[in-house]
Amino acid sequence: MDFFRQHILTIVAFWPVAGVIVLVFLNKENKTLIRWWANFVAFAGFVISLPIWFWFDFENSDQMQFIQKVPWIQNLGVEYHVGIDGISLLLVMLTTLLGPLALLSSWDAIDNRLKEYYAFLLMLQTGMIGVFISLDFFLFYVFWEVMLVPMYFLIGVWGGSRKLYAAIKFFLYTLFGSVLLLLGILALYFAYPGMAAQQPSLAAEFGTAHTFNVLAFQAMGSFLPAGLQWWIFLAFFVGFAIKVPMFPFHTWLPDAHVEAPTAGSVILAGVLLKMGTYGFLRFSLPMLPEGTKAFIPLMITLSIVGIVYGALVAMMQPDMKKLVAYSSVSHMGFVTLGMFALNPNGLNGSIIQQINHGISTGALFLIVGMIYERRHTREISQFGGISHVMPVFAVVFLIMTMSSIGLPLLNGFIGEFTILMGALQANLWYAIAAGSGIVLGAAYMLWLYQRTMFGTLDNPANQKLLDMNFREIVTVAPLIIMAFWIGLYPAPFFKAVEKPVNKIVLKVRPDFFQGAPQLNAGQPAVPAQGDAR
Amino acid sequence: MDQFFQIQDIGAIAPELEMAIFGMILLVADLLIEQKRKLGWIALVGIGCSASFLVLQRLRDVDVSAYGGMLVVDPFSAFFKFIFLLGAALSIAISLKYLDIERENHGEYYALILFATMGMMFMASAVDLVTLYIGLETMAIATYVLVGFLRNNQRSNEASIKYFLLGAFSSGILLYGMSLLYGISGSTKFVEIAEALSRRPLTDPISLMAMITLLAGMFFKIAAVPFHQWTPDAYEGAPTSITAYMSVAVKAASFAMMVRVFMVAIYPLRPEWVPIMSVVCVLTMTLGNIAAITQSNIKRLLAYSSISHAGYILLGLIAGNETGLVAIPMYLLIYTFTNIGVWAVVVALRRKDVIGEHVDDMSGLFFKHPVSAILMLIFLLSLAGIPPTAGFIAKYFLFAAAIETGHNVLAVIAVLNAAISIYFYFRIVVAMFMREATEKTGLVYSPGVLTALGVAILFTIFIGIYPDPLITMARQAVVMAF
Repeated sequence: MDFFRQHILTIVAFWPVAGVIVLVFLNKENKTLIRWWANFVAFAGFVISLPIWFWFDFENSDQMQFIQKVPWIQNLGVEYHVGIDGISLLLVMLTTLLGPLALLSSWDAIDNRLKEYYAFLLMLQTGMIGVFISLDFFLFYVFWEVMLVPMYFLIGVWGGSRKLYAAIKFFLYTLFGSVLLLLGILALYFAYPGMAAQQPSLAAEFGTAHTFNVLAFQAMGSFLPAGLQWWIFLAFFVGFAIKVPMFPFHTWLPDAHVEAPTAGSVILAGVLLKMGTYGFLRFSLPMLPEGTKAFIPLMITLSIVGIVYGALVAMMQPDMKKLVAYSSVSHMGFVTLGMFALNPNGLNGSIIQQINHGISTGALFLIVGMIYERRHTREISQFGGISHVMPVFAVVFLIMTMSSIGLPLLNGFIGEFTILMGALQANLWYAIAAGSGIVLGAAYMLWLYQRTMFGTLDNPANQKLLDMNFREIVTVAPLIIMAFWIGLYPAPFFKAVEKPVNKIVLKVRPDFFQGAPQLNAGQPAVPAQGDAR
Repeated sequence: MDQFFQIQDIGAIAPELEMAIFGMILLVADLLIEQKRKLGWIALVGIGCSASFLVLQRLRDVDVSAYGGMLVVDPFSAFFKFIFLLGAALSIAISLKYLDIERENHGEYYALILFATMGMMFMASAVDLVTLYIGLETMAIATYVLVGFLRNNQRSNEASIKYFLLGAFSSGILLYGMSLLYGISGSTKFVEIAEALSRRPLTDPISLMAMITLLAGMFFKIAAVPFHQWTPDAYEGAPTSITAYMSVAVKAASFAMMVRVFMVAIYPLRPEWVPIMSVVCVLTMTLGNIAAITQSNIKRLLAYSSISHAGYILLGLIAGNETGLVAIPMYLLIYTFTNIGVWAVVVALRRKDVIGEHVDDMSGLFFKHPVSAILMLIFLLSLAGIPPTAGFIAKYFLFAAAIETGHNVLAVIAVLNAAISIYFYFRIVVAMFMREATEKTGLVYSPGVLTALGVAILFTIFIGIYPDPLITMARQAVVMAF
């Protein structure tokens, strides 16, 4: 048990790959066995990740926990260094929860080349968990890139009609971002020894040799020259903004989402996009505080443009899946807006909203996938009055629509409300712009619901649709539970992120908590000297 | 050093001597042995012996300059010689069956590979213009013949002639630069040339002339833009196994020579050649990658890809610091494993009635030969530099060197090129995994090809996951030499 506790992150991360090794040797013809095994591996992966939640010390959620540190490439100072704080805790749990659901949703939908399909999904799972637990930048980069290949194949082999185009577009876009990210990492890497030689506190804690230690880089953030920070922030920005995706780097997303199989879309929207925002939180903000401050106006502007643009484009989509895809652009705009409001409320909300987006958009993609499996079309105009034939489905869809538009009692409300509070604290206009996004969000989602679920059932092809079966209910049930949990009792989630968030805010604005007015609409919450310093 | 030749000097060139002896044995054995494939085995034994001499030299820490300072035996040259021997051995392994299919299995083939390899080994050891040039020509002449080895194939002949004419021309230019250097310094030894150059002003027209002619000659040998035009034709026309050999061993030898000449002999002119090399580096990477996008012949595609790889490697010389110099031999070794893996699959595509050079010939390979297709995928990922394959470690060092020395713009261009390259490598992946298999799809395995594939994949993955030993070795090689 002790061994398990000490190595739990590694075990959780590599368990899916271990499952793949067995999977490879299963008989290709025995599809039932392959399905059962893959789903078992994914489900067991979730079960073994549960102790992380229970063993996690919420009182010290800003400290890295379950740390494991082994030298890896000594010549370069690379270590296998993993650990989680409150922020990564939530994202790891989200990943291990969505993974099995994505696999389960493919039970009937995927029938060709099953073995490879499940192998790629499970490999993806390892890559994603790895990204969230890495505390070594080199290790992080390896996981970050490794995940591209399985996702490429998921879109390229099991995708829709324009799958090859969408797959390579996804790959190229992300790769362009990540290679620039690599250069940023290298710049930090080579800056470190010089900094450590000048700053005794840095040298005392992390040594003077070359290192990729994320914590060392975070500590170095306070000393790094602003000019260098600016450039590194730019490199990181391209890498992470493409992943989020922020306007105007979002163009890969509609293609990838629409062409990907349902499980791929769920994972893509639910987890992959969070890797970008996580990157900003874990790396850009604490490591490059000066760079961050310099880029606030740009980041806020892009976020707001993303919110409004995503919502407007979503409203015009004739295809359900594309609508949900563009709504992601809008929602992720909220996440980055809260983040760059750079106050505790904004950041807390931004992290909670990441989880919410994973839950509600993940569920919406599952829902669209279910209707696509039945009708093999996603054209909104093909539907209408579906609630008469699929009552259970209609209820599930309704709950998730409400969750997505931020109805109180459901998760979306908590996230958006907190972000708005943070935005208001920073600047009234931010909040007004973001508020308009919420209104638009309600408009396109409700309009979608109205057009598909209500009205008369006049399309004969829709009259014999079967309602959700047991497996499909099992697939969405956990997400509904989570939506209500966060909506009704978000305290544990806030507890997990509050302390790490305060730490980040302090890092970027060291004088933030010293007498700054906490809620002062219309003015920047932070006195001007914070920026002038 | 008073005496030009000492009996110990024989020991210093034992690995090379041994290659020459085996080459001659092969020529004689060719007359006696009917089954030519056995000659390949003899050649492999020869390479094995040479490698063991090499290991022996390293174990006994022989670190000498021999023949009155004409050549040195140091860890740097040993590292490169190891790359050449490896490249030669793996190329021979994939040739055995392939030559039978092409009906051109002759004894000279193996002898020529051994002679060429011997030439390369002298190039890596040379610290004197004369040794260098003789090594270079030994390699080059043997390679011209090998490129045209498919006597009845028009493309092969054409490739050989092109390669020969342009190669001879570039050797001439190179020789011209060398003669200028001799004129300036009155010596052919690198160290003395460097001394003489450092005594002259940087803008001295004769030194610049010498530098530019040397650069042009060298750029031709490594196939850098704008001296790259011969590469696609030569690579396409040559027997596939020779293309593999050229893309790894000949390229590595040219870089070994380049590092020695630029980091020692004309090091004083470094401020002058770095800008030129930077421009060539950008052009080579970009043009290689962009041209590769439009290719549908696998051999041509890989030829352009190898051009772009030469561009990346130039980053190491431009950086010129420890990281950069460590990167060069490391990159070349990793590239040898990865590229031989790719070529082994291409060689296996050639069957009695199928030429197997078009990307479409790979269609649906995954359905017929899943393991080979997955191996090919890993090799291609390694060429593109995606972790956790060895190719990532190789690229990492080059990019790191560029950033470390402040060549930020170059680094950005290089990484963007690395990203572009995924596009054409993945055209092969799309063919293998996402198209239906056709009647033409299929591979012919032979023990040699399987061995080469096994070795290649083992090291591509091992170095990718645990590169520490290799980095230590490369670092030793470079630190002690420069």
